[in-house]
Amino acid sequence: MANDINPDHLRELLLAHLPDAEVEVKLFSGDDHFEMEVVSPSFAGKSRVAQHQMVYAAMGDHMREAIHALALKTRAK
Amino acid sequence: MTDSVQQQIDKLVHDQEIVLFMKGTPQFPQCGFSQRVAAILDHHAVAFSSVNVLLDPAIREGIKLYSDWPTIPQLYVKAEFIGGCDIVSEMHESGELAELLAPFKADAA
Repeated sequence: MANDINPDHLRELLLAHLPDAEVEVKLFSGDDHFEMEVVSPSFAGKSRVAQHQMVYAAMGDHMREAIHALALKTRAK
Repeated sequence: MTDSVQQQIDKLVHDQEIVLFMKGTPQFPQCGFSQRVAAILDHHAVAFSSVNVLLDPAIREGIKLYSDWPTIPQLYVKAEFIGGCDIVSEMHESGELAELLAPFKADAA
């Protein structure tokens, strides 16, 4: 399946929602399995589930469509 | 998505203390992420029920709304959403999962 989503695109989506984040995105297999590590002060005091939900929200519809898998690590700064 | 699907899911997560929504079954997982979470639960020797979302498209989409979580697998303990593969793996490695599951170990004997 054609896929126009790439690590740089995911980084931009994330930073549009969480401008204070440090983010690292890599492909780990094929062209739609991504790995992302996000460190942000906005995560402080939030559960892991809430932190991941914030990242998923930033990805928007891409999460249901172009992104087949997103291995995610988050922590507060 | 109909309310009846959400009610059905709510009943499923309350039915058992540990419930895993996954692709396939613990014996025949059909996705590496589902397989990993089922294997971690096995490692902790706790009894859990699993729901194969591939058998029911309404559950497969409904569970994502139920937890506001876009991916499967999803682990529930005492009807509380714990997380997906990444979070369960992290909690397993940090020892938090052992602590969370400790009260349910006796049931597996």
